[in-house]
Amino acid sequence: MIKAVMVMNTQGKPRLAKFFDFLPVEKQQELIRRVFGVLCSRPENVSNFIEAESIFGPDSRLVYNHFATLYFVVVFDSSENELVMLDLIQLLVQQTLERCFKNVCELDIVFNYSKIHTILDEIILGGQVLETRSTEIMRAVEEISKLEAATNAISFIPKSASSWLSR
Amino acid sequence: MNPFSSGTRLRDMIRAIRACKTAAEERAVVRKECAAIRAAINENDQDYRHRNLAKLMFIHMLGYPTHFGQMECLKLIASTGFPEKRIGYLGLMLLLDERQEVLMLVTNSLKQDLNHSNQYIVGLALCALGNISSAEMARDLAPDVERLLQFRDPNIRKKAALCSIRIIKKVPDLAENFMNPASSLLKEKHHGVLITGVQLCTDLCKVSSEALEYFRENCIEGLVKTLRDIANSPYSPEYDIAGITDPFLHIRLLKLLRILGQGDAGASDCMTDILAQVASRTESNKNAGNAILYECVETIMSIEDNGGLRVLAINILGRFLSNRDNNIRYVGLNMLMKAIMVDAKAVQRHRATILECVKDSDASIQKRALELVYLLVNESNVKPLTKELIEYLEVSDQEFKGDITAKICSLVEKFSPAKIWYIDQMLKVLSEAGNFVKDEVWHALIIVISNASDLHGYTVRALYRVFQASTEQESLVRVAVWCVGEYGDMLVNNVGMLDIEEPITVTESDAVDAMEVAIKCQRLGLTTKAMALIALFKLSSRFPSCSERIKDIIVQNKRSLVLELQQRSIEFSCILQKHQNIRSALVERMPILDEKTFSGKKAGSLPTAVSTSSIIPCNLPNGIGKPAAAPIGDLLDLSSDDAPPAPVSSGGDFLQDLLGVDLSPASAPSGTSQSPKTGTDVLLDLLSIGTSPSVQSSSSAIDILSSSHDNKAPVSNLNGLASHSSLSANATSPASSAGMMDLLDGTGAITQKHEENGPAYPSLVAYESSTLRMTFNFSRQPGNPQTTFIQATFTNLSPNVYNDFLFQAAVPKFLQLHLDPASSNTLPASGNGSITQCLKVTNTQHGKKSLVMRIRIAYKTNDKDVLEEGQINNFPRDL
Repeated sequence: MIKAVMVMNTQGKPRLAKFFDFLPVEKQQELIRRVFGVLCSRPENVSNFIEAESIFGPDSRLVYNHFATLYFVVVFDSSENELVMLDLIQLLVQQTLERCFKNVCELDIVFNYSKIHTILDEIILGGQVLETRSTEIMRAVEEISKLEAATNAISFIPKSASSWLSR
Repeated sequence: MNPFSSGTRLRDMIRAIRACKTAAEERAVVRKECAAIRAAINENDQDYRHRNLAKLMFIHMLGYPTHFGQMECLKLIASTGFPEKRIGYLGLMLLLDERQEVLMLVTNSLKQDLNHSNQYIVGLALCALGNISSAEMARDLAPDVERLLQFRDPNIRKKAALCSIRIIKKVPDLAENFMNPASSLLKEKHHGVLITGVQLCTDLCKVSSEALEYFRENCIEGLVKTLRDIANSPYSPEYDIAGITDPFLHIRLLKLLRILGQGDAGASDCMTDILAQVASRTESNKNAGNAILYECVETIMSIEDNGGLRVLAINILGRFLSNRDNNIRYVGLNMLMKAIMVDAKAVQRHRATILECVKDSDASIQKRALELVYLLVNESNVKPLTKELIEYLEVSDQEFKGDITAKICSLVEKFSPAKIWYIDQMLKVLSEAGNFVKDEVWHALIIVISNASDLHGYTVRALYRVFQASTEQESLVRVAVWCVGEYGDMLVNNVGMLDIEEPITVTESDAVDAMEVAIKCQRLGLTTKAMALIALFKLSSRFPSCSERIKDIIVQNKRSLVLELQQRSIEFSCILQKHQNIRSALVERMPILDEKTFSGKKAGSLPTAVSTSSIIPCNLPNGIGKPAAAPIGDLLDLSSDDAPPAPVSSGGDFLQDLLGVDLSPASAPSGTSQSPKTGTDVLLDLLSIGTSPSVQSSSSAIDILSSSHDNKAPVSNLNGLASHSSLSANATSPASSAGMMDLLDGTGAITQKHEENGPAYPSLVAYESSTLRMTFNFSRQPGNPQTTFIQATFTNLSPNVYNDFLFQAAVPKFLQLHLDPASSNTLPASGNGSITQCLKVTNTQHGKKSLVMRIRIAYKTNDKDVLEEGQINNFPRDL
């Protein structure tokens, strides 16, 4: 089971945090801080795996990947395959976010975090992988966007349409 | 308009937060936003509800409390519009804490939405349920989820499948309801549904043995067929990750097969063909392919035995180790660690590759490889593997040396085929990384050396050689110093030469030189120096020709600033000068150290037998005969046999270290503190016995010495020494130092100062009762007439001592008072001493008003609390 997905920037600011177990917000923040503490001191050219048991308790593993100014971190238990978790980060970043935002960058994630959550919910549900085909994920997200737009929604809007918000 | 009122847009809030330069600014912005949102919540604002919740989610991510938004989520979920519901569910998943009442309230909305005509709303509800469901919700909503497993749209079916996993995890009793629908999901063609269906079956097997049996009987063939279809399927770009068709599905299938095959030979048999196919035909040049291979290996290792497949699997792992990608090497090592339990022989074949990984550039891979090598070592391969590891030790990173040294030492100790090999390897390790080994390691080495009596000469010469080469590694120096002290004669005379040795010429003075180097070297620690001093002392009797020189070196150390060295030197030179007749007996070679006792200690157990037999000669009557050498040697060597069972934990006592391998962290302190007879103490100390079981035996130790010496001179001499030290000890005790300070520093300095610096004021008896007098002495600094320094002196007029003495003072507002700590809190009786305390008073209305003070003095006498109070009005006018 996947325990958490975190995105943080290279300064340690959380950009997305989704925990699949109940955790008080202070605990979540502490975990993010500790993960960042380990990440920022990692040398180059080492594996993408980190001993996570000291941070997340027994039976936990951590995979991360570094894209531009962001770290993408997935924490999971021994029932998941470490290598495929690395591919899951690829799927999220390079095949989904990249298609949604064209050259996705940190700001896209900051200003569209509720959309990012929706995308994430189409990939992982309850700590289990839901869908691994980026076309399926994109289609589901598009449908939701359309529904939002049809009801003249406020908060779930692509960047370009944000001027609607100014009412 | 205030840009942070509740009217701000989400994007503006994010901008405002991003613009903050400090954490404090950010907190202020967030606080304002939260206040506005709370106000909107209180007004039951409808228009901005979902905007506010969206803001709260952002604020939550930054780590601020947002619990007040939970009820807003429920309101949004209950509303009709899709955007409101979406944000409501999102907020529910993020902001919710474990408060069950909120979950209870949401159950009804969820039930409605699970039956909604809009499938996207059904999707939202399933997603929320799958993420946060409690056991109660699971029970209430399980029938709806079960029904949705057959929903027409695959996107709902897959969400319902994962939702079911949450439900059966929360309420395992419900598993049987899901068995049938789950097995029909396995026949799906849609990959998303298939992945989630396989996962649901896997989790069903975990929570219910009934389900496990059911799937074993009904589904294995279907699963094998599905896996074969995907493995053989032509390239299909939509599922493709790095050229492999849907690795996620591969892995889920392999995982389910693993659970079904584990412990069931028949089931395992069904899947061997496809596993062999996946293991041998999957492309391994990409991460996705390796992920499948990795999962396949794990399945092969877990299912029932099939020798051929396991070799194939372990060979795959062997290939992983030479992959360029760090991640692959990392997981390969992890898996080999598990595989070694299953098939150690097959893993042994990859020893060379694993050894290469010990030299990896990635520290976490190095560490794992080292663990694995450690597991691989046995009697037959310990020699080549140790050789490899020691060779690598020479070039390894500093940070890694500690780990690798510990492992080598443990291996050498565990599998050593011969003592000489053990000693050789340990010397190599110590000379390479001696600074990284724990104390137990070199202690153990000394024990082994001590027990290898035929190798004493060889060892001391080898150690002398490496010592000459370098004194960088301190633990090596310690062992060398210890051995030279013990076996110095063998070093010089080349006793017990082995064939493999090159002859070496060492003169007596060379050996003494070496010890002198160890004592004088700045880099070496106190323990090492003290050991070198003892070694020199021992050599003084082994090398009569050098004994004068040794005496000189020892005498030089009498001036050492380090107390321990100074004391040892004084004691040793005393023996050298005045006790020649017992010296050789005192510095006898140590008896062979008992390995069992040591290993027992190491294991944390107490020595089993407490023998007192060797103490017996100590009971010789005073003045009779020459005492046997053995017991003295024994005492000097801190023989553990005589030690009472002592707590092992104490450790760290310098005395023990001083004698090298102390075997009994016993009661050195208790030995020195139990008797008021300082002579005994000094002797005990001198001999570093400290382990004597009773006062009786320690006093008989004196008997031995004085008997052998015929007169009491040395004892009294030592007594004198001791009284000296006790005097100086007294001098530093707090009570008398206070007195001295009082006499010298306090009054003296201050009175002198104010005589020089300003008009003198007469001292004043500020307070006097039948039991106590307080006198004030005044002084001032020139140019600062407002501030007066007062020294209060308290004198006890009663015949009883006052304890817990406390002086307090209070002044009116125009005065400022500062009290320094008192010189003591005990006031001796009958005026035999005093307490002084300094006060600083600043008079802000200097010249208009004069000083005035209320005082309170509390103390204890005869166990009674006494309180005296008073007011002082008779200060000199112009203060």
